[in-house]
Amino acid sequence: MAEQRMGFFTDTTVCIGCKACEVACKEWNDVPDDGFVFRATSYDNTGSLGASTWRHVAFVEQDGRWLMMSDVCKHCTHAACLDVCPTGALFRTEFDTVVVQPDVCNGCGYCVPACPYGVIDRREDDGRAWKCTLCYDRLRGGMEPACAKACPTKSIQFGPLDELRERAQERVERLHAEGMTDARLYGESPDNGVGGTGAFFLLMDEPETYGLPPDPVVTTRDLPAMWRWAGGAALALAAGVAVCFAGRKP
Amino acid sequence: MPKGQGEVVPEAPFRSYYGQPVVKQPIWHEPHMPTYLYLGGMSGAASAMAAVARLTGHERLELAARTAAFAGGTAGAAFLVAELGRPMRFLNMLRVFKPSSPMSVGSWTLAAQGGLTSVAMGSAVTGVLPVVGDAATLASGLSGVAMATYTAVLLADTAVPAWHEAMRELPFLFAGSALASAGAAVMLTTPRALAGPARAAAVAGAVTEVVAGEVMERRLGMLGEPYRKGRAGTLMRASRALTLGGGLLATVAGRSRTLTALSGLAITAGALCTRFGVLEAGRVSARDPKYTVVPQRDRLDAGAPAHVPGR
Repeated sequence: MAEQRMGFFTDTTVCIGCKACEVACKEWNDVPDDGFVFRATSYDNTGSLGASTWRHVAFVEQDGRWLMMSDVCKHCTHAACLDVCPTGALFRTEFDTVVVQPDVCNGCGYCVPACPYGVIDRREDDGRAWKCTLCYDRLRGGMEPACAKACPTKSIQFGPLDELRERAQERVERLHAEGMTDARLYGESPDNGVGGTGAFFLLMDEPETYGLPPDPVVTTRDLPAMWRWAGGAALALAAGVAVCFAGRKP
Repeated sequence: MPKGQGEVVPEAPFRSYYGQPVVKQPIWHEPHMPTYLYLGGMSGAASAMAAVARLTGHERLELAARTAAFAGGTAGAAFLVAELGRPMRFLNMLRVFKPSSPMSVGSWTLAAQGGLTSVAMGSAVTGVLPVVGDAATLASGLSGVAMATYTAVLLADTAVPAWHEAMRELPFLFAGSALASAGAAVMLTTPRALAGPARAAAVAGAVTEVVAGEVMERRLGMLGEPYRKGRAGTLMRASRALTLGGGLLATVAGRSRTLTALSGLAITAGALCTRFGVLEAGRVSARDPKYTVVPQRDRLDAGAPAHVPGR
């Protein structure tokens, strides 16, 4: 467990939309076909992350520029999918990544609506939940994840999270100095609603433009309050039942 | 702009990725999940009634409540197992106990509820070990109130906007619905002269369900929309009409079998509509990126971004 926290820094300014990451991920992880849908929006017929899509390249056509971003599981510090998994199938690895154990998952599907990024999903033919493992097997073998390895422009960078955060900060400052004031980091802050993400991004527009939530929060943050409200309702129910019997002779 | 019913909320401008959802919709199926929510709630509140009936000596009503609790718990568990992607692995639910997972807490609660109500029912039917049966009935009163309310936390503890933000009212909506359902089930299966407490439960539950639902939709503001529009809106309105009608009838249902039947069936149908409506509203709020993006953007614009204190 002495490993460092590993993660991704995806710099969208150098993404060329080649989708090599999508292909490499599919090949290495033997991820099945996710359907062939002509979406008629942009050069994106993949659509979104899902049970059989662990990297997704978003294409946003704007006046005078074209934004491309390779999206992936965020491997949150406070991961809702992991918190709510009732079987322990989801676990945190020695690399501080979040992985599903397919031999334990019973397909309850609770992780699916829990994720504030809409990443994890259930394969309906297989019945279990699937998502990016940050190539857990490759990491254990001392290799980098397939997507980062295949990325021809180093848009996807893999490494110890501390180093990536420093590198990303320098990159943003350089872009700002060059006049690209739209550049901003997304997810890197440990103060955000998920305690910082293991996979973070350099974006050129608001997160929602890329289909990302602007201010996500781990739903279990509010769980103590939820149990208190439910406890109040349970007590009220017990009292209500007692009152219904009060003063009535059998 | 007409005020009052169905207030019109101005469309908030927001940006998205080709209008695609940000969060995934709950994958729970119909009729499995909402039927389970109904059956589990009914079983839980029926257990609470059975326990109080035992303590107060309402023996005939206690038998009816024990039966309803057992039937609801067992049938509910079957629906829940059928809902799994890998039903053969249902026992993995009891592999760990995780307080951070309402599904885990709920699985253990359901296991306790199912076990206790089965013992109580078995004893009542066979006459074997009556003391154990009575003890199980009393204990199921505790698992029962947990059973009737944990499902609200199950839904609220997600990124589904219309559920998460309803965390305060959902437990009262579900507890009221459960009490009304159990009152209806017991009222339908107990001789009228002995069913007074069940009719009272039906009335109290119906009132709570309707009030909690109304408060929830109003407090949620824009996130109340999914409960008012489309199929979810139809279901929630039907639920309110049936529950109110059934609750009113329950006040006079002691007079005839027909009134009892009408009231019990209306309340049951209303409770089912509530559960189906809440599931559908959750789906709608997850599918439309507006409900995810706008509240988060408002938070950022107000300079109050989300954070996780103390973790």
